[in-house]
Amino acid sequence: MRIRTASVSTAAALALLVTGCASEDPADTAAPAPQASGGGGGSGEDCVIEEPVPVGAALSLTGAAASYGQSQQKGLEVALDDLAEKEGVTYELAIEDDATDPKQGIAVFEQFISREPVSIILGPTLSNAAKTTDPIAQEEGVPVLGISNTAAGITEIGDYIFRNSLPETAVIPQTIAKAKESLGLEKVVVMYSNDDAFTESGFTAFEAALEEEGLETVETLTFSKADTDFRALLTEAKAAQPDALVVSGLIEAAIPLVTQARELGIEVPIIGGNGFNSPQLMADAGAAAEGVIVGAAWNSASESEENAAFLEAFEAKHDGKPDQFAAQAYTGMMLVDAAVRAGCSAERDAIQASLGSLQDIPTPLGTFSFDNREPQHPAVVQIVEGGTFTVLD
Amino acid sequence: MQQVLNGIFAGSIYALFAIGFTLVFGVLDRLNLAHAAVFTTSAYVGIELVADLGLSIWLAIPAVLVMGAVLGLVIERVAFRPLKGRHDAHFAGLISSIAVGGMFLALLQARYGPDTRRFPADAFPSTDFELGGVRITLLQLVILGVSLGLMLGLAYLVNRTRLGRGMRAVAENPHAAAVLGVNVDRVTATTFAISSALGAVAGVLLAFYVNSAQMTMGFNIELKGLAVIIVGGMGSLKGAMIGGIALGLAEVFAVQYVGSSWRDVVAFGLLFGILLLRPQGLFGARQVREV
Repeated sequence: MRIRTASVSTAAALALLVTGCASEDPADTAAPAPQASGGGGGSGEDCVIEEPVPVGAALSLTGAAASYGQSQQKGLEVALDDLAEKEGVTYELAIEDDATDPKQGIAVFEQFISREPVSIILGPTLSNAAKTTDPIAQEEGVPVLGISNTAAGITEIGDYIFRNSLPETAVIPQTIAKAKESLGLEKVVVMYSNDDAFTESGFTAFEAALEEEGLETVETLTFSKADTDFRALLTEAKAAQPDALVVSGLIEAAIPLVTQARELGIEVPIIGGNGFNSPQLMADAGAAAEGVIVGAAWNSASESEENAAFLEAFEAKHDGKPDQFAAQAYTGMMLVDAAVRAGCSAERDAIQASLGSLQDIPTPLGTFSFDNREPQHPAVVQIVEGGTFTVLD
Repeated sequence: MQQVLNGIFAGSIYALFAIGFTLVFGVLDRLNLAHAAVFTTSAYVGIELVADLGLSIWLAIPAVLVMGAVLGLVIERVAFRPLKGRHDAHFAGLISSIAVGGMFLALLQARYGPDTRRFPADAFPSTDFELGGVRITLLQLVILGVSLGLMLGLAYLVNRTRLGRGMRAVAENPHAAAVLGVNVDRVTATTFAISSALGAVAGVLLAFYVNSAQMTMGFNIELKGLAVIIVGGMGSLKGAMIGGIALGLAEVFAVQYVGSSWRDVVAFGLLFGILLLRPQGLFGARQVREV
C-alpha cells in the first residue's frame, strides 16, 4: 500500500516534470517525448525508428488465470520473433505478472506508465483487472490494448483503451444465426447461472439474439454457478422438447451439465456461451461433449496465410498447439506493429491515433479493423465432432 | 417420474451424509462439524484413486470407507477426547471439530490445489436402462443401493449387535454404561469411525453422481445435512434417512412446479414449516434418544 501511494506521487511528479521540459533522461522519455528517438523516417513498411519501441504486457502468469496468461506470453514471444525479421522497427517487450490480482495489476501498470515507461500496454488478462487498471492508463494518456478482455464496458473507460478480443455480445448473435441456419432450429430451452455477472450478461446477449432470429424460447431455467447436479433442471428441459439447449455458464458448470444432459437422453445440440470455449470440455466430458456448439473469436483451422504462418511459428517455438489466447496475443502485437509503422512513431499519442484508424489488417483472427476501439472481424461457430472443435457449416 | 427418481438419488446421498452426522449426535450428544470435511476429503481421494491409480470405482468405495473410518478415529482423538472431561465439552467439541475440519480442507488444498477435480471421461460404465420413458444409469442404481445398504446395515448394527447395545447404553448414560462394563472410550471411538465412514462414502458417491469435487462441496451439504437431521429429529436414524430423501424430492419438485430460482427457498421453507408443526422433528422424541 505504501509503495502504491509513493509511486502515484512519483507518477504525478514525473508527469509534471516531463511536460515542463523536453527529454533529458532517455529512460523517462518513451512517454511523451520521443520525437527525437521515436520519430523515424518514412512510413509503413519503410518506417525506420532507431531506438527499440518499449511495449509492456501485464499478464496473469500465476494465480487462477495463469493458464490463460501463460498462453498469452507464448503468443507474444512468437510475435516478437516474427517482428524481429522485419526491418526498421524493433521492440523491447517487458512482460510482468499481475498474479491474477487487480491490485497487483495496478502496480504493474504504474511501472509501465512511469517508472519504466512503455509506448503501449498489452493486457491485462482478465476483464475485472482491466476495469481497475485501465482507468489509470487512460488518465495518464497511455494506450492500452486488451488482448483477452471480453466483458462489457471495457472500451467505454476512455479513448486510450482498445481491445482486439471480440466480446460475447459480438460472438453470440453470430453463433445463434449460424446454428439456426445450419440446424434449422425453431424452439430452444435457455439455461443460465443467474449469480454471476458474466454468465448473466451472456444470457442477455443470447436472449436478444434469439429474439432477433425469431426463435422461440419455450423455457428459461436458472441455476447457481456452484451447482453440480443439473438433473432436475435437465428433466424439465427435456420435457419441453426443444430443438437445442442454449446455456450461458462457466466451464465448471458446463462439464457436469453437458454430461448429465446426455445421460438423461437429451441428444439435441447444446449451444454454449464463452464459458464453453475450452478444450477442457472435451477432455472432461468426453463423448458427452459431442454436438456442443460454441462461438469463438479465432478459427484454429483457418487456412488463411497469416494463420498458417502463426500456427507453424508457434509449433516450432513451443511444444503443442496455440489456443485462442495465444492467437489474440500474437495478433495484438502485430496490431501494435501496424500502428507504430502507420504513424512511424513510438509516441504514445501517435500510437493511440494510428491504432484507432487501423482498417482491414490481415491477421490470424481474420481481416481485422477497429471500429470505435472495438474489434471487427468474423467470429467462427464451432461444433464438437470427434472430440475436437470443428467449424460448423 | 424421472423427477421423482432424480430426487430419490440425490436424497439418498443427503440421507447417508445426515445419518452419519446424526449418529454421533444420538450416541454422544455432540455435533461433529468436521463431518463435511471428511465428505470433501473422500471425494478428492476417491477421484485420485480412480483417475491416477486406475482403481475401479467398485474398489474405490470400500477404500474410502476405510479411509473415512480412520479419519473418524483421528477426529475423535484430536477434537473430542482431549476435551472429554471439561464441563463445556459439548460446545468445546463443536468448535474444535470445526478446527479439525478446517485443517483437513487446508491439507486437501495443499495436495490437490483449488481447482475442481473430475473423473476421467470413461471411468464409469455407461450402461443405462430405460423403462417407460424413465432413464436410469447403472451408476445411479449403485449409488442408491450402496446408500440404502449402508443405512440398513447401520440399523442392524445398532439394534441387534453387542456393539449396538453398547452404543445405546452410552447414549442413555455414559456413567451407568461404564459401571455396567461397557468400554465407553472404545464405543465412542467406534461410533466416530462408523459415522465418518458413512460420511466418506456419501462424499465419493456424490462425486460419482455429479462427476466433480470442489473445495466448497462440504459447505453446501453441511447445511443440508443439518437441516435434515433437525427435521428428522436430532439423533434419529430413521428421521435422517427419510428427511434426506424428503429434501431431495423437495428440491426437485421446487424446480418443476415453482421455478429453478426458488429451489432453496422452497426446499428449506418446507423444512422450516415441518419444524413449526413438529418442533421435535419428524421422528424426534424429546426425552428418549432413539439410537
